[in-house]
Amino acid sequence: MSTPYGPQAPGPGPQAPRPLAPAGTSPSGWARLGRAMRPRGTRSQVLAGVLCGLLGFAVVVQVGQTAGADLGSLREADLVRILDDVGERQERLDAESARLVATREELLTSSDRREAARDAARERSQLLAILAGTVPAVGPGIRLVIGDPDGEVPARVLLDAVQELRNAGAEAMQLAGTTGQGDAVRVVASTAFVDAAGGIEVDGTLVQPGYELLVIGDPATLSTALGIPGGVLVAIDTAGGRATVTELDEVRITALRQLSDAEYARPADPAEPAAP
Amino acid sequence: MIAAVGLAVGVLLGLLLQPDVPPAVQPYLPIAVVAALDALFGGLRAVLDGIFDDKVFLVSFASNVLVAAFIVYLGDQLGVGAQLSTGVVVVLGIRIFSNAAAIRRHLFRA
Repeated sequence: MSTPYGPQAPGPGPQAPRPLAPAGTSPSGWARLGRAMRPRGTRSQVLAGVLCGLLGFAVVVQVGQTAGADLGSLREADLVRILDDVGERQERLDAESARLVATREELLTSSDRREAARDAARERSQLLAILAGTVPAVGPGIRLVIGDPDGEVPARVLLDAVQELRNAGAEAMQLAGTTGQGDAVRVVASTAFVDAAGGIEVDGTLVQPGYELLVIGDPATLSTALGIPGGVLVAIDTAGGRATVTELDEVRITALRQLSDAEYARPADPAEPAAP
Repeated sequence: MIAAVGLAVGVLLGLLLQPDVPPAVQPYLPIAVVAALDALFGGLRAVLDGIFDDKVFLVSFASNVLVAAFIVYLGDQLGVGAQLSTGVVVVLGIRIFSNAAAIRRHLFRA
């Protein structure tokens, strides 16, 4: 490595180390220090040693104390400040906790409400489905068997029976032939009974005599309604059939009816004012 | 040399014994340590000045510690303990620095 001044020359220069003990009249600091450090049994040396030992001991103890500092070693003012901090933080956390609890309550309530609304809607839809005949139904009721070997009972009498049962609170009905041939037909609000050759046409399905009418409703009320003087049973008798009513604890109505979509009618908002 | 040995012995003793500082002394020990440090540096400077006197050293050491502790105690009683402690530490720190500077001038001529 070359510098403008050429290779570094040996020998004393401006940066040369200063001699530790320059020649002088007074002894240098190092010499004094060395002399003082030289172990001698003098009083001052022992005293200095003892005091230094005390100092070292105190320093170490204090360092240990500071390292393991807990509340016990703090001043009153510091303690008060810490207490304030803690109280403040607790207040903040309390407020936050209260807020969260309120939110939780709110969520629970709203979910409860939604649940209740959903339950109500489901119940309603099941009720409507039973009325419309789109789901099977089960419950107490009666079985009305009309023996009609000669096929003399007209559709009118059957319709009367159905109307009477509806008045008495029948909730679901199905009509089947007792011969075991042909499907059972669910009787709903729009069901039509038409006289046909070899039986009665119910909603386009031919039901051959005799007939079995399954009804869900209060059994006592239903059978009473059928048996009133001049009522349905009498009419069936008059028409030439033989009616038997059995009250049952459990009636299963399995016949279903297909719903056709409403072509023109659609649900209207009850709050909406009627169009002029 | 004996002073250095004493220092080492004290440190070792403290490390080995790990004594608990009595609560009554707790507020004063830190200040006392700083004051003792000041006295120690003063003594070292006196050695280098060639005017070291063991009696003076002992008295300055003891009085430094006691006065510092007393000032802290007084401050605590007056309700300005923290501020007074800070003041004492600042003053002692300045003294330690000036002593250290004098020692440095003696040893390094700088």
